[in-house]
Amino acid sequence: MVTDSGPTELEQRLRELAGGVPDPELPVISLAELGVLRRVHVYGPGRVEVELTPTYTGCPAIEAMTADIQHVLREQGGMEQVLVRTVLFPAWTTDDITAEGRRKLAEHGVAPPRVSREPAGPVPVELGSIRCPNCGSGRTKLLSRFSSTACKALRRCEDCQEPFDHFKELT
Amino acid sequence: MSAALCLGDDALVLSHRLGEWAGHAPVLEEEVALANIALDLLGQARVLLSLEGDEDELAFRREERAFRNVQLVEQPNGDFAHTMARQLYFSVYQELLYERLAAGEGPYAPLAGKAVKEVAYHRDHAEHWTLRLGDGTAESHERMQRGLDALWRYTGELFRPVEGLAEVDWAALHGAWRSRVEDVVGRATLTLPEGSDGSGWSAGGGRQGVHTEPFGRMIAEMQHLHRSHPGATW
Repeated sequence: MVTDSGPTELEQRLRELAGGVPDPELPVISLAELGVLRRVHVYGPGRVEVELTPTYTGCPAIEAMTADIQHVLREQGGMEQVLVRTVLFPAWTTDDITAEGRRKLAEHGVAPPRVSREPAGPVPVELGSIRCPNCGSGRTKLLSRFSSTACKALRRCEDCQEPFDHFKELT
Repeated sequence: MSAALCLGDDALVLSHRLGEWAGHAPVLEEEVALANIALDLLGQARVLLSLEGDEDELAFRREERAFRNVQLVEQPNGDFAHTMARQLYFSVYQELLYERLAAGEGPYAPLAGKAVKEVAYHRDHAEHWTLRLGDGTAESHERMQRGLDALWRYTGELFRPVEGLAEVDWAALHGAWRSRVEDVVGRATLTLPEGSDGSGWSAGGGRQGVHTEPFGRMIAEMQHLHRSHPGATW
């Protein structure tokens, strides 16, 4: 459904509340920073519908995200009914993670996904090397294509020798 | 026969088979890899089965003859090379199929557009292992070849048209699959068996509910908890 008027003040406030929910698996970043919160729509007094998109189709965190959003919009947003819908289209990509989200991931020891497209347009940019989040070295090596969650791969730094998680690019 | 059921059952059954590797994989990294691939497939299955009805009812309450998956995905894991041969055959097929569905405007386009990215990664994983095992030691080469040979007879069924997927040109899909698989297998110093991929005799019947013997045992285990404790939650 498309509305002409854009989000209302209430919708913006609810969006901030929902967007501020921490990611259940990587609690250093919020759902807004992860880029999975699509739409917040108030469709009646005390009734709101939230659209979420999963990072991976089978991501089990979506259930925890749903419960957390329902909780915060009831407790702090004053809503009575909170519907959370999962939408698949357009598919989430790692380019949807905000710059702030990337910075927090790196600070937390997870190499952020490299940006594949400039925010302004569809032009692909060349991916640089994956840098070690501990020492910053660009000399890192893939240990395993899969890691603790579907969205990460395991790498090791060839300089400081530390293994680290890399949030895989999904474009 | 609904397309959602066919594609959903393919994903569900292969997910369960891959999940059986948990605790048995040759190295920890592969334990994690196979579980991750299984999780992606389970996610796809949930979306597809939910288009058809209640996902839990469909997954846990149907009898063997009501499942519409191809026979390839229900084949037992065998050794690691055997599983990789199954992964190669199926992930190349699934990626090509989802690419076509994603490009269309049918009811499966949103899921296919999302899942094709996951499946491309599964295919990449299977290709890496096919190369590594095929072009590895005499033992790994022999096992990989054995896996490719044993599962070949189940590949013809992948290209029998599924009702409701009008946007798919099945002959073209088959051609694209064949050249992609042949390329990888050739680079891995392995060979594909002749015939039985649709040009000759091949196994089949999964889409009509006819399954191979190991499938009954697989779903007995898969459904046991739900049937023994209806409505159980945690």
